[in-house]
Amino acid sequence: MPIQYYIYLCLALFSIGIIGALTRRNVIIVFMCIELMFNAVNLLLVAFSKMHLAAATIADKASTVGTDGQLFVFFIMVVAAAEVSVGLAIIVMLFRNTHSVDINFLNRLKN
Amino acid sequence: MSTTEILFFFLSALALFSASMVLISKNPVHSVLWLVVTFFAISGHYILLNAQFLAIVNIIVYAGAIMVLFLFVIMLMNLNQQNEPQKNFWMKLTGVISGGCFMMVLVSLVRQTLDMQSKVAMTTSGDIGLIKNLGKVLFSDYVVPFEITSVLFLSAMIGAIVIGKKD
Repeated sequence: MPIQYYIYLCLALFSIGIIGALTRRNVIIVFMCIELMFNAVNLLLVAFSKMHLAAATIADKASTVGTDGQLFVFFIMVVAAAEVSVGLAIIVMLFRNTHSVDINFLNRLKN
Repeated sequence: MSTTEILFFFLSALALFSASMVLISKNPVHSVLWLVVTFFAISGHYILLNAQFLAIVNIIVYAGAIMVLFLFVIMLMNLNQQNEPQKNFWMKLTGVISGGCFMMVLVSLVRQTLDMQSKVAMTTSGDIGLIKNLGKVLFSDYVVPFEITSVLFLSAMIGAIVIGKKD
């Protein structure tokens, strides 16, 4: 499969995530759009790792080029899981104080 | 068209459609469910790229754990579409235009990159994505980041408890 197809797909997914983060005001939806962007990047990293593997297997059949890319995706997922747990705790705290999930209330975090 | 191509286009269309439905749905619970569909489509892409370990981790961690956490929070807050705040029309239009511009710039960039023209991502073969290879590298070369990850999780856990605690 040509690598450009994967790049276009991931660009479209990432742009949908950006549009969602810009157009919605519900803070949970914004958070979900960030997850969507994470996943677009992960898919692109895996596609690139397989692209480099395809280039390397021509010279060496048992090549393991591209393993680093897939482990990087694994670590991104780990960090995303930690980020979601803290972020949702912040959202719950915000909802308890303001009784709203409007993202415009977040500017009151400063005082 | 080969089976791989048919699967690729089907999964891509499914991912893009369900990602759009995440934004279009008024009800946050529906958004979460559409996001789960997106994650399953992306997991299908991982299987197509023969990255089986990441496919399973994606389903377990994202579609399983994270989305259930989102559903818990949404149902805890008892959100429904009546009290959901909406941006006005011009703000939405501006957001869509800026996102579209971002995509257009990057697409034109990729189209002109000669380095990407004839490259092919290896599908349905190549066994670097299997757990045998990944586990070997993870516990030899990447063992220090792996251990630091446990500290990260511990601090995230403590942080979530401290923030979420009623004071």
